[in-house]
Amino acid sequence: MSASLSKPSFGDIAVKSTVLLIAALLCFAPFLFQDVRALEVAARICVFIVLVASYDLLIGYTGIVSFAHTMFFGFGAYGAAILLRQMGPGWDAVILGGLAGVLVSLVVATAIGLLSLRVKAIFFAMITLAAASVALVLASQLSHFTGGEDGITYRAPDLFKPAFKLMVDEDGKVLRLFGVKMNGKLAAYYFVFVTCLLLFFVMLRLVGSPLGTVLKAIRENEARAEAIGYRVVAYRTFVFCLSAAIASLAGTVYAVWLKYTGPDTALSFAIMIDILLMVVIGGMGTMWGAVIGAVLMVIAQYYLRDLMGVAAEATAGIPLLPELLNPDRWLFWLGIIFILLVYFFPKGIVGTITQKGARG
Amino acid sequence: MTLLSLNNMKTDIGQYAVLHGVTLDIPEGGVFVLLGRNGAGKTTTLRSIMGLWNPTPGSVTFRGADITGLHTADIARKGIAYVPENMGIFGGLTVEENLILATDKGRFDQPRLKRIYALFPALEQFWTKQAWSLSGGQKQMLAVARAIIEPRALILIDEPTKGLAPSIVAAMAEAFREISQSATILLVEQNFHFAKSIGRDMAVIDDGLVAHAGPMADFAADTELQERLLSLSA
Repeated sequence: MSASLSKPSFGDIAVKSTVLLIAALLCFAPFLFQDVRALEVAARICVFIVLVASYDLLIGYTGIVSFAHTMFFGFGAYGAAILLRQMGPGWDAVILGGLAGVLVSLVVATAIGLLSLRVKAIFFAMITLAAASVALVLASQLSHFTGGEDGITYRAPDLFKPAFKLMVDEDGKVLRLFGVKMNGKLAAYYFVFVTCLLLFFVMLRLVGSPLGTVLKAIRENEARAEAIGYRVVAYRTFVFCLSAAIASLAGTVYAVWLKYTGPDTALSFAIMIDILLMVVIGGMGTMWGAVIGAVLMVIAQYYLRDLMGVAAEATAGIPLLPELLNPDRWLFWLGIIFILLVYFFPKGIVGTITQKGARG
Repeated sequence: MTLLSLNNMKTDIGQYAVLHGVTLDIPEGGVFVLLGRNGAGKTTTLRSIMGLWNPTPGSVTFRGADITGLHTADIARKGIAYVPENMGIFGGLTVEENLILATDKGRFDQPRLKRIYALFPALEQFWTKQAWSLSGGQKQMLAVARAIIEPRALILIDEPTKGLAPSIVAAMAEAFREISQSATILLVEQNFHFAKSIGRDMAVIDDGLVAHAGPMADFAADTELQERLLSLSA
């Protein structure tokens, strides 16, 4: 078809190699990091990669600023949580709960999209903020459904129980492979990993398709996109719905993994801020940015305190430093790291590395 | 045969009335040039045809069908392409992506693409480059190529030679002559020498009205009329 196909730049290769390494680490996480907390971190990373990538479809690819993404995440999580509590720990509850979450998300996203995607970006952002606030208040108020502020605790399907034996040895005990028990916890992790991988591939395929090009064109200039025949409101509403549905499915997966759903894990504005930070750190308008942003942010959230504790002990003899490195100040240091990242990587890590790599 | 009819088209932009009743018939085939002084309403005429401004009252008829008030995207889908004054390319997308956006089925018609390569060889050379990195002339080529990547009955082009080097202007003129063999071009142009070299018919817009319309050859021969309508000296 064409002419000159450009070779991948050094930046491209560096980013894709890093993402491949992350994918490999996540794939073998239960075998590589054999402690409960590490597996918790790996599962959270998987879910947040999908959540951040689905948000990047909006903000990075289409230029839509929404604050309602955690609301859709919450719909999926609460859908599964409520049905798992009501119907018991079966796959039917997970599937029906997930579908219910997606359905509610689609209805709400369509309503918000059609009613408000015609207005200016700032008004749209405010409308989504209002919708997210309403959802948060409802989750607290409708406590007989949602468990209120305490949330809901439930059991996951039997396959994911730690006592479930995926494989047994000759004595009938759970088999250990490379020291890892082949039990329900492992199955639960791979359920999270595989589902998130599939959802990520769907988004990757979408942004690489002609539809992805249309979305980027809309982000760049709506009037120009309309002048070549694209109904911008229809496309924006479609991608808003798609992103909401994917966020909802990510919520369902996270609910199954955690076996607990509450405002703090599924609906809070803190999650929305995390998503925004991950998108900005990783780089907007690139799916790889979602991977790197989510990995860095989740690891910082879980391990920065530990690292600071070690650093504070190591600098115990030096005045002032141990105080500054006190683990309780981890949010302060996270803020500093974020400012430095934005300063040195103005287009996010992936955007900046790709650009600099291309020049080199 | 008339391809596009503008009937008493009046367009307001905010509180300002820009077009006061433009009535014009654009025949099928060839290049039809809209001339006029700055601020006369030429660009507003093109934007009103595309539905980017809504003419009220007045009507726009394309191939016999009333397209007044239709959504811009629907007007484009009817076979009208628009190359705005600022070229309207998507700088963050590659040359290939800019062109594929304007295809009907998301893939290229190979003979048509080869014709575009022949008209604008630079586009083949910079196929995978982002459009912002192209020169002004290459951007204009890309904007025109996007308008012809699918068969279009009418192509609206706004001041394509503005700020371009003479060699690029000559290449553009050649390209427009070839394109006008298979599509009608409605061209807004300030460069009268360029306009008369490719125009078959013309109209002068002045203060939001059609001040004169007719064959380009007649207008080009009438220096007194040019002086009066365009303030051009012979």
